Amino acid sequence: MSESTSDTMSGAIQHSSQGKRMTPARILLYAVLVLFAIYYLLPLYVMLVNSFKPLEEIRGGDMLALPQTWTLAPWQSAWSTAQIGVQATGLKPYFMNSIAMVIPAVLLSTILGALNGYVLTKWRFRGDGIVFGLLLLSCFIPFQIVLIPMARMLGILGLAGTTSGLVLVHLVYGLGFTTLFFRNYYAAFPTELVRAAQIDGAGFFRIFGRILLPSSGPIIVVSVIWQFTNIWNDFLFGASFADVDSVPMTVALNNLVSSSTGVKEYNVHFAGAVLAALPTLVVYIVSGRYFVRGLMAGAVKG
Amino acid sequence: MKERLQLWVPKLVLGPSFLLILFFVYGFILYTGYLSVSDSRMLPSYGFVGLENYEKLWGLRHWTGSLKNLAIFGSLYIVICSVLGLMLAILLDQKIRAEGVLRPIYLYPMALSFIVTGTAWKWFLDPGIGLEQTMHSWGWTSFEFDWIKSRSNAIYTVVIAAVWQSSGFVMAMFLAGLRGVDPDIIRAAEIDGASRARIYRRIIIPMMRPVFLSAFVVLAHLAIKSYDLVVALTGGGPGKATELPATFMYSYTFSRNLMGIGAASAIIMLIMIFSIIVPYLYSELRADKQS
Repeated sequence: MSESTSDTMSGAIQHSSQGKRMTPARILLYAVLVLFAIYYLLPLYVMLVNSFKPLEEIRGGDMLALPQTWTLAPWQSAWSTAQIGVQATGLKPYFMNSIAMVIPAVLLSTILGALNGYVLTKWRFRGDGIVFGLLLLSCFIPFQIVLIPMARMLGILGLAGTTSGLVLVHLVYGLGFTTLFFRNYYAAFPTELVRAAQIDGAGFFRIFGRILLPSSGPIIVVSVIWQFTNIWNDFLFGASFADVDSVPMTVALNNLVSSSTGVKEYNVHFAGAVLAALPTLVVYIVSGRYFVRGLMAGAVKG
Repeated sequence: MKERLQLWVPKLVLGPSFLLILFFVYGFILYTGYLSVSDSRMLPSYGFVGLENYEKLWGLRHWTGSLKNLAIFGSLYIVICSVLGLMLAILLDQKIRAEGVLRPIYLYPMALSFIVTGTAWKWFLDPGIGLEQTMHSWGWTSFEFDWIKSRSNAIYTVVIAAVWQSSGFVMAMFLAGLRGVDPDIIRAAEIDGASRARIYRRIIIPMMRPVFLSAFVVLAHLAIKSYDLVVALTGGGPGKATELPATFMYSYTFSRNLMGIGAASAIIMLIMIFSIIVPYLYSELRADKQS
């Protein structure tokens, strides 16, 4: 699968006659495209607009209207005072839990993925196809299949309910993807360069550090973004294995929204949802192109 | 001596990852497989009971209902995402000047957590405060949209939210496919006087077959794994109207303390996914080797 989603690529159809004139057909085309843009933006708009409204205004009816009185109170509440579970701590400590979980998990899985990809392309050995096949297949398993043994294993390792436990879980189940990224990237890297360096007496790590790593920038970005997005957005592992001190943001948000006690503070829920979405959205806005490449590589194997 | 060591370094580097995967993925699959034929209830237990858990599983309305929901959700999700994705990709491929703005807008939902998506749609579709109420306040007082509260229609709200999240991604896959089509083929068809619609129908869309296949595999496996979205959007309700195999597995294993049945349902999910993924990966890897 090509990675050509860049703006500079020309359309599949090179139509000269219709060029840039605004025919009725083209106006319709733009109208449809803008309509879909509105559809995709609508939920984000709803979340944002209603997170700045007092609760009575939301109850009053018009979810699409701009706030009549703007207020930051829902944001303050969502961040630092809202009731999550039994404690009124807001989402802040859970945001920090997620950060503490994401950073080591992303770094470790990317480093190991890079080394694995390097071995699988430049130091091939008998049976490496099977190793890669097993790594690749592990990307697709439904995680329900590992929940029970993983809960037990984390208990045995003394990692139950800890952030380190979640880091281990995300590292293990992210390895397939990161290895895939680097393997496909390094497969296109000229093997002759590696062989030449070998003849010159360079060792395994020296070749990696001096020859492959300097040109690995793009794929490192892809891997980091992919892992960051997936791990930040994970809910199942967080809900299954986390304890008070390690509950990640997604699980806390769900607790906030689905708690059945008291008044439903929709505005606080929306502010919380935006807070949970913010890190991945920022990453997407800053480096959307790499995000798409990761998606493509994750979607189309081989 | 040093050269000998050099030969071992690559294997020593790959080794830990391989062992981790072997143990935490394939070992765990075997363990869950054994639990599914054991008498485990609240905790794992190793008494062998044969296929009893599977027999019980298929006798449960809760399970067959969640499979039925998956069939409805999965097929609509796959079909709508593919059609919408292809359509948007074709529209965007008409030399749209604002493509650089529109494409990221179509795709950003993919960066969000399903919990965020679920929260947004949960309240937007809530008849008390969301869309229905908004239409009422705009003066359209007969407008009704209470699917999320309805046993027969709630599953469609899961489709709405899931399509919103994934269709842009399918669009990106098709767009990349369209941009890979050799322009000479199209030029030749144009010279022959074929209309644009005809070129798309007869030449370009048939060439998208591999993309359709990839999209199907990705969407199907996402559908089977769907868990977070349902939890955030409907919590499986109203009643059990939006229960899926993934939510079934979780509640039987961890809330109802019927771990044997929960493990059996996880094995069925694995079989469903592997029967789609394994042939696909096999053919992809083989094609890779040949090229």
